Parts: sequence; structure tokens; C-alpha cells
Amino acid sequence: MTERPLLEVRNLRVEFPTRWGTLVAVDDLSLTIERGEVLGVVGESGAGKSMTGTAIIGLLEPPGRIAKGEILLDGRRIDNLPYEDMRKIRGRQIGAIFQDPLTSLNPLYTVGRQLVETILTHLPLTPAQARKRAVELLGEVGIPNPAERFDHYPHQFSGGMRQRVVIALALCAEPRLIIADEPTTALDVSIQAQIITLLKHLCADYGTSVMLITHDMGVIAETADRVAVMYAGRIGEIGLVADVIHRPRFPYTVGLMGSIPTIGEEVERLAQIDGSMPRLNEIPTGCGYHPRCQLAFDRCAVARPELTPAGSSRVACWLYHGDDHDHSPAALASLIHRQSATPAVARAEAGTAEPLVEVAGLRRYFDVSPPWLNRVLERTGRRIVHAVDGVDFSINRGETFGLVGESGCGKSTIARQIVGLYGLTAGSITYQGVSLSSRRERAHDRSRQEKMQMIFQDPHASLNPRWRVADIVAEPMLARGLATSGDEVRERVGALLRQVGLSPADGRKFPHEFSGGQRQRISIARALGGEPEFLVCDEPTSALDVSVQAQILNLMVDLQRRLGLTYLFISHDLAVVHHISATVGVMYLGRLVEWAETRRLFNRPRHPYTRMLLDAVPDLSMTGKRRTPVAGEVPSPINPPPGCAFHPRCPFVTERCRSEIPVAIEIAGSRVACHAVEETRLPDWHAA
Amino acid sequence: MTAVTRENGVGGAFRRGWDSDLAYSFRRSKVTMLAGAITFLFISAALFAPWVAPHNPYDMANVSLLDAFTPPAWEDGGDARFLLGTDDLGRDVLSTIIYGSRISLGVGFASVLIAATLGISLGLISGYVGGKTDAIIMRIAEVQLSFPDILIALLIDGTLRSFIGPGTHGNIAFVVVISAISLAYWVQYARTVRGATMVEKNKEYIQAARVIGRSSIYIMLRHLLPNVMGPVLVIATISLALAIVTEATLSFLGVGVPPTQPSLGTLIRVGNDFLFSGEWWITIFPGAALAIMGLSVNLLGDWLRDALNPKLR
Amino acid sequence: MLAFIFRRILQSIVVMLGVALVSFSLFTYVGDPITNLVGIQSSDEQRAQLRESLGLDDPVLVQFARFVGRAARLEFGISYQQKRKVVDIIAERLPATLELSMLSALLALTLGVPMGIYTALHRDSWFSHLLLSLSLIGVSLPTFLIGITLIYIFAVQLNMLPSFGRGEVVHLGFWSTGLLTASGLKATIMPAITLALFQMTLIMRLVRAEMLEVLRTDYIKFARARGLTNRSIRFGHALKNTLVPVITITGLQLGSIMAFAIITETVFQWPGLGLMFIQAINEVDIPVMSAYLLLIACFFVIINLIVDLLYFAVDPRLRVGREAAAGRSPT
Repeated sequence: MTERPLLEVRNLRVEFPTRWGTLVAVDDLSLTIERGEVLGVVGESGAGKSMTGTAIIGLLEPPGRIAKGEILLDGRRIDNLPYEDMRKIRGRQIGAIFQDPLTSLNPLYTVGRQLVETILTHLPLTPAQARKRAVELLGEVGIPNPAERFDHYPHQFSGGMRQRVVIALALCAEPRLIIADEPTTALDVSIQAQIITLLKHLCADYGTSVMLITHDMGVIAETADRVAVMYAGRIGEIGLVADVIHRPRFPYTVGLMGSIPTIGEEVERLAQIDGSMPRLNEIPTGCGYHPRCQLAFDRCAVARPELTPAGSSRVACWLYHGDDHDHSPAALASLIHRQSATPAVARAEAGTAEPLVEVAGLRRYFDVSPPWLNRVLERTGRRIVHAVDGVDFSINRGETFGLVGESGCGKSTIARQIVGLYGLTAGSITYQGVSLSSRRERAHDRSRQEKMQMIFQDPHASLNPRWRVADIVAEPMLARGLATSGDEVRERVGALLRQVGLSPADGRKFPHEFSGGQRQRISIARALGGEPEFLVCDEPTSALDVSVQAQILNLMVDLQRRLGLTYLFISHDLAVVHHISATVGVMYLGRLVEWAETRRLFNRPRHPYTRMLLDAVPDLSMTGKRRTPVAGEVPSPINPPPGCAFHPRCPFVTERCRSEIPVAIEIAGSRVACHAVEETRLPDWHAA
Repeated sequence: MTAVTRENGVGGAFRRGWDSDLAYSFRRSKVTMLAGAITFLFISAALFAPWVAPHNPYDMANVSLLDAFTPPAWEDGGDARFLLGTDDLGRDVLSTIIYGSRISLGVGFASVLIAATLGISLGLISGYVGGKTDAIIMRIAEVQLSFPDILIALLIDGTLRSFIGPGTHGNIAFVVVISAISLAYWVQYARTVRGATMVEKNKEYIQAARVIGRSSIYIMLRHLLPNVMGPVLVIATISLALAIVTEATLSFLGVGVPPTQPSLGTLIRVGNDFLFSGEWWITIFPGAALAIMGLSVNLLGDWLRDALNPKLR
Repeated sequence: MLAFIFRRILQSIVVMLGVALVSFSLFTYVGDPITNLVGIQSSDEQRAQLRESLGLDDPVLVQFARFVGRAARLEFGISYQQKRKVVDIIAERLPATLELSMLSALLALTLGVPMGIYTALHRDSWFSHLLLSLSLIGVSLPTFLIGITLIYIFAVQLNMLPSFGRGEVVHLGFWSTGLLTASGLKATIMPAITLALFQMTLIMRLVRAEMLEVLRTDYIKFARARGLTNRSIRFGHALKNTLVPVITITGLQLGSIMAFAIITETVFQWPGLGLMFIQAINEVDIPVMSAYLLLIACFFVIINLIVDLLYFAVDPRLRVGREAAAGRSPT
């Protein structure tokens, strides 16, 4: 006898009345979650996954409302309960975890107090028992010295620790279902790995089901049992994780999987789905995906498909319905062939051998000491942030150099130093052999300075919201004097916009009229307007959806080939860096710990930190590889530890590591700064 | 959004304006529209005073003591020529209100303009340049902020008067009042603009402009300024109401505009003496005018603040 | 923490010195200092003698130091108009202003804060709308207008309350209070309300705005997701987070009651410091003006200091953060 599912959602419809009409965020959605199961809900931004979670826990903010459908918890309807009844369910039956640990905790109350309060609200314990339970919980989520930390305030915890507290809070009343809305998105990769593991184990121990909402397929692969792929407010495909990932059936899922860069494969171009997720007021009739679908036919534009079985999953696609059934295997096969990433024939050699940009002994310190009076009275020393602490590397002309690391490692600072936004505390930057290390030198040699341009991370903040797109794109060429007459400018701007895949007519619009991906294209067009040779790209795709990221990465690769550009590509995403770079440098706490050609670095990582990073990357291929346990937190660059900066977290640490800063050595084509490597103490590392 | 048309030219711009969220929220609230209408009325009356007022109360030739203390037209003894009655010198109260509004609004606008220019410039520089300049400007601002505005205005007013000597009349009094109010209120502009500048300064489009090679002044004026003007607008409206009230208060206390060109505050002060002897209209009507004007401007300011607040959308 | 207190006190001293400078300039350069010190009726000979003995030909810095010293001893000179020692005038009028101010402050707080909380929690009730509309009026109308209107209604038309003065006053030592007599009480009502109204509405709007802001935060959302009762969310979490920033601003606002007292005292002819100051401005009575300046500055500086310390005491991020940052980084 099959048990009744823990959660059942039937034909849920969430609407928002606005002055422009009613917007539908979730449209006729049905799913179930079994006891003890982890259901992943994946989709890009605007797909409606967060809305679904919010609706289930009953926290929809007016004017949003549940217009139709039912939500049943263990057979009992909960979507139409009065406020007080629903309140009792929240926390006790259904818990929630949100994305940002920084703002999820009340800064004015101690962590312990917030825990005890929640426990006492739901469980019939005495305050003393509640306190004991709270301390236990803190220990279970991995907080060291829980009894002492009980009385600490949220700001005394780091980001990863705070998310652990949030998990403790969500679990303390022992709910049966947890809705986790992007629980690891705001965290560094190594911390993310820790939190995912924690969540998985705790929920298994307590028998709690999880609805894991995220845009990151890798996290789903590691954590979930089943997964639902959402698009434009509906579920497109739902099934076992292995099935959906390795044998996707919904055309969108096929494209999505192809556009995710992975470390396991090497591809030339990522699969690309043109266009983007429709806005809520522009959802197409029929199947929401049909305008972007390469296999769409007449019926798709007219009628909405329901979920039907296809293999062991269920798919909402006309390809799998009745008379069209015979389309599917062949059509899908060709689609998969077309949508796949184009495998790399042979990775083009890293550009020419001529170094374009050279960085030597680069340092950048920031003095954030408290004022003199404080230091005297509180007996604290100076506090210096070692943002960049002695970095050497060079970038050859025509190649892409990827700089990777977690937050606080200094990669963004280096980018800004190279481009001239920050000064240098020590060291030098050379371009084409000419030093550009000081402001005076840059002002003196404007022609070389002008060959550099920069692309930024946030598509919303990198364009002046009050300028028209044409003016934005035209600014570098006007500043450089490359075009003077109005006609010339107009022509060039039009050409640039076309080059990045937009139309010249877009020049008259304002930035807010474009999507994130389109705004990044405008940024690229602006950078190209200055006719640069060298582009510094600071996390240019980190804020974009995966399918949009694929478009931008492909565009950048095309432009590089066509215009002979050199890229410095900065990212925290190892897979992206692996895909686009010829050479990779790994940074930790302001120092370059390893520098090698991409393939070599990813196949045979030498530095312990590089290994730890690679282990932390979620395993999309689901090969079930073993992981070395990830230790510790990402430290603060203020007053870094003596000797090797990584030694507090390193499993191979010795006395020498604690006192002596390792010097970079060359070993089999990689440059590594590590005593253990030098002393050949490290065991072999096997990828996958 | 779908309904926004993208036509060119003035017609298109107007349509975009009309359809915009700002205008929509204005149209939706009857109270705000009323406030807007009243404010517009006051401003027009003030601008066109010589043509709008039934009499010129400051033309001595037309004013006769025989008409003094006439009650409003609808009461016994009233006169249709003087709709709201006359004061102790025989001047038509309605006309004095219209001319008085002119002074009140004039001083108010002038003060806001000067305070805004001073405050915005200092705020931009302070926020963008940072460092010692910022520290000095903010120190001054903090010290000034620890005292209430009205006190600062009074102190500046009083100090300037002492330097000029007793009997500060005539147009120099205008300079004193406007200076006092401007110097009391520049700080809010500076603080807000500085805050907004510091937020925008770190945004990547500013960094992009620096990479492109634009000078600091260019960045401040062409990139930053358009983006920090939003909150300034709200402050300007609210501080206009405050400026009007402050000027009225100063004039009421006798240290405002010269008595030969009375503002609404002066009128209220003068009329206060006759409140007990029963000639209530000399003070109550100017009082009502001041109240309505202040209320309307404040309502507009409230609406503007809610409409421009991105978090409320 | 200690460093903070030190720095604030240092700052306060600097501000006081600055104000003292302005006061000194007024005293020495605008008026005739001899006249300020000994009155208008004195012969030329006396004046010349005094000039020398008082060292008025000494360097500015010395004179300034002397001025500060005298001020510390409460020697503010002699009023032009009243021909009495300024410090006596001040002592006489201080209780009137203080009593009125404290009463108004009490009124403003005890009504303003609860109203603010109510209008934030019950956004759509008709009572909230009413309160908000009234608050708009309270904020838009100048204080003196409110005073005049009250006088008109209650004194002129209804003849219930006196329109000026303090009524009968009882002297307790150096303090004089009007609260112990019937006429004194009646005389206090309208001025107190006039003075309190502006502050009350300001506080109410402030509390409301801050509370609405807090109710929108992520931690409140998370608290709701944990199923905490409405009561504990509103009064345990939201209220506390609202009051922390509000406390400080409220403290400053209450200080400004002293300044608004100037207007109220003028309207009601209330024999306090404010009325004294206005009269001094009109008569260009320099010694009184400069003394008032110093006094009021001192008062504000102290209030600001207390408010800053209060903030420090109440917000754990300031208190605990420093210690944590001093030693290790958060783990």
C-alpha cells in the first residue's frame, strides 16, 4: 500500500492583480512530496519557484493570492486555513530557510534567545529544557562551543555559521517539511558544500522532507531525490534526478543541461537557448516555452500541454502526447545533438607566446584601523587588510586568463588595480612592456591605458539608469576621440549593438527596458567601443541565469576570435573558468597559490586549496565521487595568518607552513606556492 | 511594460509621463490632486498679485481709515468691496493675504533654492571626494544638526541683526531672513545627497566612467547628479513647507520680513492684538491661508515621497 | 567603549568652545563691553578706569579665556534693558520654561509613541487614517498658529482658560511651580498642548515609518515562517528593533522642545527663557542674548551626549562588536 504523500499541491495558481492586469506567477501547478524525500525545484529567475514555496507556507504578501487550487499537508487542506491555524503549522509542521543569512536573523537578540523562543512556541518544554535543546541543536549544526555561542549575537558569526544557525532555527520545532529557498546561493563554494552536506544529513536523521528551491543544478544533483523543472510558472518536467539530468526530455531541460559548463567535459561552445524567460506580463499562450523551442509546432502555440509520462519522468510537452509520440525519439535525438555543446576539437593553444600584461610583486593594503584614540584605550593594534599580498603572473596576447577564488581572495582588487581604479601599494603592472604602475604613468601613456576596458558583474548597476543606451555605448569612443561627428557616432554605435546581438534601434531605449543578459551585452558593446585590446571581466556572468550565461560566454568567445582580444576573466565559478580560460590562476587571501594551463590545473591540481575547491564543486555528473572533508571558514583578509595563508585549514600543515611564506615553484608546468608540494609530501589526487 | 508606447518627440514624452507610475499614483489620490490644485492656485495668485487682488493695500492713496475694522462681507456691517473685511488701517484683508502670500512664497522659494544649491554642491563633493573634505563638511553638519532648525534660524537672524544694528528694516531684512532660513536648512540636502552619492559612487557605472577616463567633475555632474536628484525633490517639497512656516514664525516673532512688506506671519502678528476686541478676521483669515498653504505643500511632499520610494512599489 | 565616551566628551567641549566664541564676539564687539558689564549709566572716567582694570586692551585670546572663565562662574554681565544681573533674570525664568518643556515632552512621548505603533500595526483602520490626517495638520501648522487658534476658541469664545501668563505660582526654594494652584494649572494647559502637538505628531510619524520598515525585513519574515505568535513578532521583535533608532531621534526632538518654547512663550506671554530671548533680540540686549546662547548650547550638547551614549548602550552591534573585532575575527 502506498502511503499518502506528505505534501500534495493540486492545480495551484498564484496571481498578482496590478494596474496593468492580473499577472500569473504560478499556473496550474501540481506536485507531491513523499515523507523523507528531497524534491528539488529548479528553474531560472522568474520561473515561479519561490512563489510556490511561499504559497505553500502561507506567506504570500498581498496583493498576491492563491487564486485556485489546493495544498494538502498529510491529507489536510492548509491553503484555506484561518491565520492562527496556519501559524501553528508554520515552524512546527512546515519550516522555511531563506537565502540571505545576513538578514534572516534579528540583530538585536542573541542567537540562543531566538532559538529558545521558537522552541517554546511550539513544543511543550520548560525554559530550561528548551535551552538545553537549543544548545544541542547548535552543536548538531556544527557550531563549535555551542554553550558559549548561545549568548552571542548574529553579527558575531560569519556567513556560513549564520546559515547554520538559520538551519537550526528552522529545524528546532522538528517540522516534517522544510522549504529551502536558495539556501546556499549567497555562500562561497566551500561553505556551500558544507551546508549542503549538513542539510542532507540532518534531514535524513530527522526524517524531514525538503523542498529545495534553487537555480543551481549541481546542488540538486548532490542533494535531491527527485526534481521538478519549472518554466514560466509551470512544471515542464519532473522525475528522478538521474533521469532528468542524464536523460532530459523537455526541450527546455535539454537546452538547460547543455548550457551548464562542467569541469568533466571540454567544449568549444555551450548549448545556447536564444531569448530569455518571458516576463510575467508577456507569458505566451499555449506552452510557455514555445517561442524559444526549436521543436515547436502548431499545437504548441495554441494549447497548454499537461504532464504526461515519458520514460520514467513526466513531461508537459506535446511531443509526448498521443499521436505525436512518434516524433519524439528522433526529434529529440536531433535536438539533443543540436543543443549539445560543441565538443572542442582541439583546444587552441593559449594565444601567442607574447606576454601582453605582466604583474609582479603586486600588493594592495587597506588600512581599516580604528582611530588612534580607540587603539590607545582598547589596546588594539592596527588593522590592515591584505587584499593583494604579493602576486605575480602574466597574460599572453590573445589568450583568456582565468582568475578564480572565493570572496575576500583579492581577485576583484587585482582587476581594479590593472585597470587603474585602485593604486598599488607595491609591485608593478606592465602593459606591452611599459610600466603602468602609477597614476602619473597612466596619464602619461594614455594610448596604452586606453587599450584596456572593463566589464562588470552587476548588469543593473553597470549602466547609468538615466542615460540612453546609445549614449552609454558611445561614451568610450567619444572620450577617446575615435569618432567626432554625430553621424559617425551613430553609425559606430549601431554597428557595435549589432555585433553584440542587439539592434541599432535599441539605442534609443533606457537600460531598465532590457533584461539582465541584454544589459550585459550593452556593457560589452560599450567596452568594445573604445577599441580595446585587453578586456578585464569581473564576474560578468555571475548575476545571470544559466542559459543566459551560456549566451554571453559564447558571445565573448566569438568576439575574442574575431577581434583578437585578450581577456582577464575573474570568477568564483570553477566550471565557467574551466570552460573559457586557457590558463587559470587560483587565489587565496591575496596570494596566487597555483597557476597553470587549464587542463593541467583541473586534471592534476597541486595545491591543497585547489584540491579542496575542486572537491567542493557540486557533482553534476553524479559520479558519486568521494570528497575530502572541507574544513573551516573563509577567513578575513584583515591581519592574515603568518606563514602560508592557508595553513589553518590545510590537512598537510607543518611547522614550516606556520612561519614561512611559501615561494612559487615550477613543477611539471604548473606554478605552485606550497611547502608540501615542494617537499613532495602530497598524495596523488584523482579527478572524478 | 507593454502599455508604454515608445513614440518620439514631445507627444511621446508626455504620454510616457502621463502613463508613468508617478503620474498614475498622483491621479489616483483625490487628496493629492486637491493639494496640487491648491498649491497651484496659491502660486498663481502670488505671481499675478497685482492683477488678482481686488485692491492694492499698500497704495496709501487708496486706503482710508474710514474703512478700518470692517467685518467680512457676510456679516452685519460688512461691505461687498472688502470680502474678508479690513484691518486697523482700512486695508482689504483679502488683498493683504494675496500680497502676503507672495512674500511668504517668495521668501520660501528663495530660501529653498539657496539651501538646495549649497546643500547639493557640498553633498556631492563630500560624498564623491571623501577623505578630509568629507570629514570637515560632515562635522559642521553634525554640529548644526544637534540644534533645532528654528533655533539656528533665530540665532543667525539675531546675530546678523545685532551686527547691522537695531532698526533693521527695509530690504536688508529680506536678506537676513532668507540667509537665516537657508543656512538653517542646507544640511538636510547635503546629508541626503552625500548619502545617495556614496551609494551611487560604488556602483559599477561610475567605475566604468572612470575606466573610460572621465574627469571627476564630469562624473559628478553628468553621471551622479541625475541619479541623486530623486530624494532631493522630496526634501525640496517638504522643506518648502518648512521654510514657509519658519518665515511665518520669524515674522510673527517680529524678527522676520520688514513690516512695510508683511508676509502672512506678520499679518497674523498684527491681527493678534485685535483678537480679544472682537475683530477676529484680521488674524484668522491670514492664519487659515497659511494653514491651507502649508498643508497642501506637505501633502504634495508626502505623496512624492511615497511615490518615489522604490520599496513601496 | 571608553574611547567612544572620551571622543564624544571632547567633541562636546569643542562645540561649547565654538559657541562660546560666537557669544564672546557678540559680547565684546557688537555691544560696548563696558556697558555690558556695568550698565549704561556710568561716567567716562569710570569707563576709562574700568577699561584698564578689566584688561580690555589685552590680546583677544586672553580676553576670550577670561570670558569663558566668567561664564563658568555664571557671570554674564548686566542686561541693558532691565539693568539687572543677567544671571538673576535667568534664574527667575528658568523654572517656567523647564516646567513647561518637561510637561510637553511627557505629553508628546506618552501619546506619540503608542499612536505611532497603532497606526503601523493597523494600517487600514479608519482610526489610523484619522490619526494620520490629524498628524499631517499637526506637522504642517506653525506652532504659533495652533496657539492662537487655541486661545481664540478657549479664551476668547469659551472663556474657559486664561490666554496669557502663568497664573498663580508657588515658590519652593529657588524653584517656582504653577502646578500647585488651580489658576496655575489652567494656565499651563494650552501652552503645554501647543508645544507638545508638533513633537507628538513628529514622533508618531517617525515611529510609524520605522515600524513599517522593520515589518518588511527578512528577519520578521523568517520569524513568521517559524510560526511565532503575532504578539511576539510585533512586540517582541518589531517593537524592539523600531525603538532602537527611534530612541535617539526622539531624544533630540525632545531637546528641540526647548527651542519651540520660544514661540509658545511668545504667544502665551509665558514668563520663561524663550520670551526673554525674543525680547532681547528686539531690544538688542546683547548680554542677555549671549548668555542665552551659551545656556541653550550647553543644554543641547548635554542632550546629544546622553542620546549618543544611550544608543551605544542599547544596540548590541556597537557594544559587543567592538570587543569581538578587537581580538579575533568572527568564527
